[in-house]
Amino acid sequence: MKALGSHRRHPAAIVVLLLLGLVATGGLYSVLDPRAAQAAVSSATDVTSGRQLFLANCASCHGVNGQGGKVGPSLAGVGAAAVDFQVGTGRMPLAGSGAPQAPQGKEVLFSDQEIANLGAYVATLGAGPSIPDSADTQGDGNVAKGNQLFKTNCAMCHNFAGSGGALSQGKYAPSLSNVTGKHIYEAMVSGPQSMPVFNDQNLSPADKNDIISYLHYLDQSKNPGGLNLGNLGPVSEGMFIWIFGLGLVIGAAVWLGSKAA
Amino acid sequence: MSEQGTEPAGEHLSQPVAAARQGQGQVERQGRVESQGAIPERFTNPGLPPHVPRSADLEENAARRAERQVATLFGISMVATVVFLVAYFAIDPATYQFIPGIGQANLSNVVLGISLAVSLLGIGFGAVHWAKTLMPDTEVSEDRHPMRSSQAARRDAVETITTSGAAAQLGRRPLIKYTLGGALGLVALPLVVQLTGGLGPLPGTELATTFWRKGMRLMRDPEMTPIKLSDVTLGSVFHVMPEGIDLSPHALEEKAKAAVILISLPPAAIQVTKELDWSVDGIVAYSMICTHVGCPVGLYEHRTHQLLCPCHQSTFDVTQDAAVVFGPAHRPLPQLQITVDADGYLIAAAPFQQPVGPTYWERG
Repeated sequence: MKALGSHRRHPAAIVVLLLLGLVATGGLYSVLDPRAAQAAVSSATDVTSGRQLFLANCASCHGVNGQGGKVGPSLAGVGAAAVDFQVGTGRMPLAGSGAPQAPQGKEVLFSDQEIANLGAYVATLGAGPSIPDSADTQGDGNVAKGNQLFKTNCAMCHNFAGSGGALSQGKYAPSLSNVTGKHIYEAMVSGPQSMPVFNDQNLSPADKNDIISYLHYLDQSKNPGGLNLGNLGPVSEGMFIWIFGLGLVIGAAVWLGSKAA
Repeated sequence: MSEQGTEPAGEHLSQPVAAARQGQGQVERQGRVESQGAIPERFTNPGLPPHVPRSADLEENAARRAERQVATLFGISMVATVVFLVAYFAIDPATYQFIPGIGQANLSNVVLGISLAVSLLGIGFGAVHWAKTLMPDTEVSEDRHPMRSSQAARRDAVETITTSGAAAQLGRRPLIKYTLGGALGLVALPLVVQLTGGLGPLPGTELATTFWRKGMRLMRDPEMTPIKLSDVTLGSVFHVMPEGIDLSPHALEEKAKAAVILISLPPAAIQVTKELDWSVDGIVAYSMICTHVGCPVGLYEHRTHQLLCPCHQSTFDVTQDAAVVFGPAHRPLPQLQITVDADGYLIAAAPFQQPVGPTYWERG
């Protein structure tokens, strides 16, 4: 021991001490911390981690137990479907306040597993619509029936071809182009923001699949006339013909009446 | 700028013209003719503008160039016609093709359309260009001849009418005159009666009543399946038609009046007693026909409990018995009183208690 003690003022002593301290801290942490050992990702939803995600990201507006607050409504009874839709399309967590409605986010902030966990937790707050069966969101249903249902229930807000439309005071019904079948189903069944609820007794799962089929058909459909000008009907088509068509006609009339050189 | 006695610049008018102009209250100053406010006795005819010859009239080369242009346009038309005929048989009507500027379009439509347009326009533009460049363009005036006939012709005409009238004994036989007048007058009546009678039946009570009767079940539109009370959850919206309307003789006209929207509200949110009495557990049914001009008011915003009409943006607050909160509508939407029957289906407890839709004269 005298030999070790005689080296305690060696310049390398401080480095050795630091190294020892780091190794000890790291080793103790890895042994004592309970969460560190999860290596495999489970496909089953984890309500506990969902609750932690909720507390970290949602509780500030929606309350610690999802009971709602001044800014965010109560989440009791919204179900996993609502969470999958709102978080999966990037609408939640709400990007900024002051807008008349939550816009579709530019990016989705959570992974699929995290969204599933969050949904599982919110589902425990109160019984609500669950994530739909994938058989009902395939979009392999009857397109004509889907068109008929869409025209009666959806077209007044979302436009006959799902191009979106205006509501009062700055709110709007968004465009439905290139939306996954699952999100369409969940929006119908949970009624986000201004949209009313179309539960499974109003529009059966087969009906919802038909509507999804119609919307997906529109996404792929080839318009015989080429450009569909946004499917806005006489607004865009009228502007086109007034500017280009009438312009050509006026030009032809001017040429007809002018004298040759 | 007017200086008396200075030599006017530019062209100087000749003496007789200047004198004539002075007689018309005009004075010549510095080559310009100025009016002094008097109206001349006779306006001189200014004549046609000077004729500007075209290049095809002046040079043979220009004329030949114009001829080639016309021939080219006709030639393009012929080519386009051939393209049309070939494309009609050769292109499968189901093929789609990317066309720059148009996108993915039906190839047959585009090719047939453009070729037919070019073939017709080629003829038209060619003919117009031919007329503008090569056909005569001198100005020609057409004389107007007096239309008055000669005195002899006028005298003969009068004589013929009077002698023929006397020969027909019309003056001597007044009975013929009166009965002729009667027959010719009455013969116009079948025409008038058919025109007015063919306008159709009078509306009667059509404007004031709808298809809804007490006890009719509320059916989902378009499937026409009945709605159970348990199907309607909070925040739901159903588009409703009365049972049996699709089998009625004038189904479309009836549907245009009978459309109803069924909304599920929390009962505590309803602020009008009558609305609550006419509802079932907070589920209310309102006419969907806007009281402004008649568009279907289907846009239900369930956060604000407001129904928005897309046509002129009349907004109705459903918690206040569909009172108008914005927009040009003057009257709230009529409510349909609903209840539940023994099997649990929603039914109408009474028809609409007021006419639906826009105001009309006899509505009162």
